[in-house]
Amino acid sequence: MSKSSTPAIQFKDVSRHFGDVRAVDHVDLQIADGEFFTMLGPSGSGKTTCLRMIAGFDQPTSGQIFLHGTDVSYLPPYEREVNTVFQDYALFPHMTVLDNVAYGLMVRNVPKDKRKAEAEKMLELVRLPGLGKRKPSQLSGGQRQRVALARALILKPRVLLLDEPLGALDLKLRQEMQLELKALQEQVGITFVYVTHDQEEALTMSDSLAVFNQGRIEQVGAPAEIYESPASEFVAGFVGVSNLIRGPLAKQITGSTATFSIRPEKIHILKAGEKPPSEAYSAGGLISDVIYLGMYTRYEVDLGGGNILTVAQQNLTTTKGKPLAAKGQQVQLFWEKDHAKQIGAK
Amino acid sequence: MKTTAALPRSPIQRFSNFLYAHPALGLALLLGPPLVWMIGIYLSSLFTMLVQSFFRLDDFTGQIVREFTLSTYAQLFTASNLDIVQRTAGMATAVTLATLLIAFPLAYYMARYASTRAKGFLYLAVTLPLWSSYLVKVYAWKLILAKEGILSWVIGQLHLTAGMDWLLGIPTIGGPSLSISPIGIFLVFVYVWLPYMILPIQAALERVPKSLLEASGDLGAKPAKTFRHVILPLAFPGMVAGSLFTFSLTLGDFIVPSVMGNSSFYIGQAVLSHQGTSGNIPLAAAMTSVPLLIMAIYLILARRLGALDAL
Repeated sequence: MSKSSTPAIQFKDVSRHFGDVRAVDHVDLQIADGEFFTMLGPSGSGKTTCLRMIAGFDQPTSGQIFLHGTDVSYLPPYEREVNTVFQDYALFPHMTVLDNVAYGLMVRNVPKDKRKAEAEKMLELVRLPGLGKRKPSQLSGGQRQRVALARALILKPRVLLLDEPLGALDLKLRQEMQLELKALQEQVGITFVYVTHDQEEALTMSDSLAVFNQGRIEQVGAPAEIYESPASEFVAGFVGVSNLIRGPLAKQITGSTATFSIRPEKIHILKAGEKPPSEAYSAGGLISDVIYLGMYTRYEVDLGGGNILTVAQQNLTTTKGKPLAAKGQQVQLFWEKDHAKQIGAK
Repeated sequence: MKTTAALPRSPIQRFSNFLYAHPALGLALLLGPPLVWMIGIYLSSLFTMLVQSFFRLDDFTGQIVREFTLSTYAQLFTASNLDIVQRTAGMATAVTLATLLIAFPLAYYMARYASTRAKGFLYLAVTLPLWSSYLVKVYAWKLILAKEGILSWVIGQLHLTAGMDWLLGIPTIGGPSLSISPIGIFLVFVYVWLPYMILPIQAALERVPKSLLEASGDLGAKPAKTFRHVILPLAFPGMVAGSLFTFSLTLGDFIVPSVMGNSSFYIGQAVLSHQGTSGNIPLAAAMTSVPLLIMAIYLILARRLGALDAL
């Protein structure tokens, strides 16, 4: 499928109010054609409402939504060339898997043989061949997920909307499906708009993502950009773990009172007798807690004045029991100046 | 747990612990009373009735002959009895279809759109007629539908009397007035059985998640197709449940036809007169098995159609 320069989806000053609640508040957004775009945010941040407005289940209170350049703000769902994978899958319980997948073709009056053949092809695409005769209730969560995907893709939409589709799966399956979805998106080459509250999922799959908070978009960018240069305190805190240093302590460390964020894995713990490099920020503190997490160990370092820094250290060697012994020790921390990101600065 | 075992226990606690250790006994206590009722009272009387239907009445002595015979069932096939069965089944069908048409939109509104408050109010409104005596309601309708009643007056005020007269002039359903005609019987049946149709449909629709309707629209189905392919099939079990009520209640009723009707009998009236005035218990029993048979056929058909799959 050729990519067009017209954005697949465009929000122009879109707001959606439910009574007094501003679920979506003056959102401007562009999603490029063929992109894997993620809307990330806590529950109630407006991401799902935005998705529902693209699908047509909800209409904006004000503003406009364009699909490939056409204003669709007030069109019903069945007039829009987008399809949706629902959070609860929304498979029709009274139909077989095959009839579920073929539903979109059935309502378009495609002849029975043809839609059956198409549906079987889709089931192969999502790696569920031969399950067509079953009822949705006879499938596992992961299988239902795939059926929902096949059903949404059979109409060859130009945009696929996914509303927290992996939320109900266990961690291992979720991680598998993340990679599979990403591969599928590259294979079919259409725009995916993916809603999730899981920041790791968003970072894993997206070409770019928007971070939502209280009905507004805080930041839009590629995963690395969002993670490395958070535009606001909210983004810094929501995407990954972040240490925010502000006020007097910031001044003491950097010479400026501007708030900055530093990621836990970017902080080094100085070994006894070592000196921090000259081109680095450093601070001293007391290890107040040590949490062993397998891949890495997390230290909580109390810098005084209520400032506690989280420091992550990869467990490069067999460290059995050793890190835990560090509790209560006085340590010196340092990190490269580049890694201290002033909030809002690029 | 040694510490808890050492604690003193009340007899009730000891009893419940005993039941916990003997689940079969608990189950027996749970099912005992309803089973005694169902088998001892309900099924055995049904069985007695069926046995009676295979006896016959001696025409000369007027005594019941307690020997197995199918001659009583053969009597059902006389023209007048077939007429009664046909009339009753036709009425039950008409009442069921009419209640379906009226109940569905209201049930749909209750399940889909009504706020919690409105829903509570509607539940109350739907079930409120059930609080008053059925006889009172039927006789109230007799007055409403009477020739000098309020309905005739309203129709007169609207200058539609000619239309009503035309309707009452139709041979099989008409009569001298609404209060003495199959139309009247039909109206009262629809009124008294409507709650039994609304509630099951509402319950079935309540279980359909909104996302299913959204998914249907999302896949290109216009509302009419969503209704046909998603809403209707999922509401079907509720519609079947409701129609079981309206159909069987109409089949067995003898009060409404005798209050509102003319001289044409319905099954309930026939049963009443056979077992009462003429003392023909076997024929009354055979007549009663007709609704049973009709309902059994109806259920089998519903099952074939897949109506009960979603249960």
